[in-house]
Amino acid sequence: MEPTPDVLRDLHRRMVRIRLFEEAAGKLAEAAKLPGFLHLYVGEEAVAAGVCVNLTNADSITSTHRGHGHLVAKGGQFRPMMAELMGKATGYCNGKGGSMHISSLELGMLGANGIVGAGSPIAVGAAFTHKYRDDGNVAVAFFGDGATNIGAFHEAANMACALKLPIVFACENNEYGEFTRRDATMAITDIVDRAQGYGMPGVIVDGMDAVAVCEAAAEAIAYARAGHGPTLVEAKTYRFYNHHGVQNLGLKYRPDSEVEVWKQRDPIFTLEAKLADVGVLTTEQCEAVWVELRADIADAIAFAEDSPLPNKDQILEDVYTPMAVAQ
Amino acid sequence: MSQPTSDERTLSYVMAFNEAVRQSMRADENVFCAGEDIGAFGGVFGTFGGLQKEFGSRRVVDTPISEQAIIGLGVGSSVTGLRPIVDLMFMDFMCVALDQIVNQTAKLKYMFGGKATLPLTITTAGGAGLSAAAQHSQSLEAILCHIPGLKVVYPSNPYDMKGLMVSCIRENNPTVMVKHKRLLGMSGPVPEDIYSVPLGVANILRPGTDVTVVSWGRMANESLAAAAVLADEGIDCEVIDPRTLQPFDTATVVASARKTNRIIVVHEAVRFGGLGAEIAAQVQEEAFDYLDAPVARIGAPFSPVPFSPALEKYYVPDAASIAVGIRDVLGRRAPGK
Repeated sequence: MEPTPDVLRDLHRRMVRIRLFEEAAGKLAEAAKLPGFLHLYVGEEAVAAGVCVNLTNADSITSTHRGHGHLVAKGGQFRPMMAELMGKATGYCNGKGGSMHISSLELGMLGANGIVGAGSPIAVGAAFTHKYRDDGNVAVAFFGDGATNIGAFHEAANMACALKLPIVFACENNEYGEFTRRDATMAITDIVDRAQGYGMPGVIVDGMDAVAVCEAAAEAIAYARAGHGPTLVEAKTYRFYNHHGVQNLGLKYRPDSEVEVWKQRDPIFTLEAKLADVGVLTTEQCEAVWVELRADIADAIAFAEDSPLPNKDQILEDVYTPMAVAQ
Repeated sequence: MSQPTSDERTLSYVMAFNEAVRQSMRADENVFCAGEDIGAFGGVFGTFGGLQKEFGSRRVVDTPISEQAIIGLGVGSSVTGLRPIVDLMFMDFMCVALDQIVNQTAKLKYMFGGKATLPLTITTAGGAGLSAAAQHSQSLEAILCHIPGLKVVYPSNPYDMKGLMVSCIRENNPTVMVKHKRLLGMSGPVPEDIYSVPLGVANILRPGTDVTVVSWGRMANESLAAAAVLADEGIDCEVIDPRTLQPFDTATVVASARKTNRIIVVHEAVRFGGLGAEIAAQVQEEAFDYLDAPVARIGAPFSPVPFSPALEKYYVPDAASIAVGIRDVLGRRAPGK
């Protein structure tokens, strides 16, 4: 089903928000203003936005080490996100999680995850809750092509199908598991081939086409909400920057020509051309969105930079939930 | 600490577990169980027997043989508001799921800045003594106790089993409840009404004055048997069962060591790097000037658990070997030697 104009504008806004956040984070990292690792989502925006535009805060998602895009797409606010990346007390995780563990339970975002494949079993648990409560909500597990090679994914996919849980497995096939080509680590071309082995439908979608992702995700999510069980959606996509950080350090593992070919298919510019074509947003209106959101980014960076660092007494806080009453 | 009285009903260790789960499920609709063979079959040790019949397959879920996904099911469902009990058939199998236990279950709350709550109970069966060999007999509690974010419980008798299991289910943190396979048939007084035994509180199983013996699970019972033998030799042992291994009730153990001036830790796990080392360190830190002998430790030798009964009986400490260790701490010889 073709998205409504409102949904199209929403898609565009979510994607621009991701792009601007990630570009800003990359620049801050290059300026050595962000501690730790940084895995940027630039190039893959259509996937997170195309899926999450079909979700509410009551739906759950699990994410990956490349998780900022998922949180932004799920409604994450720039201020606590940027503060978290800087390790500030005002971050989403009070500075205890950072880029790789950024999360917002209020938004149904159950965490970026530093362990490849580990999010899928957790998404199965969230989907179990939704089925147990019969609340009509779904879980979406985001993961990469590389994660489908690890046992946790297999266990999660099989269990979700066996228990017929309301979950969508959203694979971002960006052709590289960290620094190694996908075809060096698996003997199949399409991740979706794995779906049949679990007994769930699988669909391939152009991950650079936000509208296509949105439509495929809408169908899979509706299928899950209706109680029919899981679907594997494989979005063919690409990350424009390195596995972590911005620059290619070490040996080159992707040909420049390949990166350029994919950049020609930039998902945001593709969507903007379409929006102009169908008269939903003019070029000028699109530009206005960028301008508005750039101001939000600047505000978030200022907020994060001015925010206090966590106090050392907080090291021991949040390890356990205190029990309110003695038993 | 209320102690059972003699006119109370008796129940086995395994049925005390079962009753704790059953009564907790009746009390709280958010409680559910999931694991391998726990539904229609009732669990390989009968631990979940009859629960699916009462609560249905929605709340007592047979899972695939998928330990990572079983723990993940617990993580994801607890962080979204349910109160899961997920079962790992044998403690050894936790190794299959260590990422989900160590990197996810234990750390989610902290990584999320305290905003997550995981009222998750992981149940499992540990310990040797059934010739189950090296992959179905281990005592791996020290690994779990080393991970901030987990609580670890290891009851030694039916009364504590029920009360501790109820506490685990009510606890708003991830807990690991370890059942000892050789204690499943142990019978003892268990009140019929639901009750809880607080986590983190040790139990002095036998008060004494000459030496402190710290032990849990099956070994607590072997230590009591050793204490009975030694009583005939005029040695008065104080046997302490910490019951909860993380958090550990250091205060009770240290107070006892200061009183008896001698202390020995007995566990079934491999001695090297076992929990005994941590307890010994804590006691010497807080009671060094009170000690009349080095803190002693009894544990398994540094090998996998052997299969043959001829080997396994020497591998696992028992009342006789514990008695030898206690006499050593006291510089005493066995009668007639």
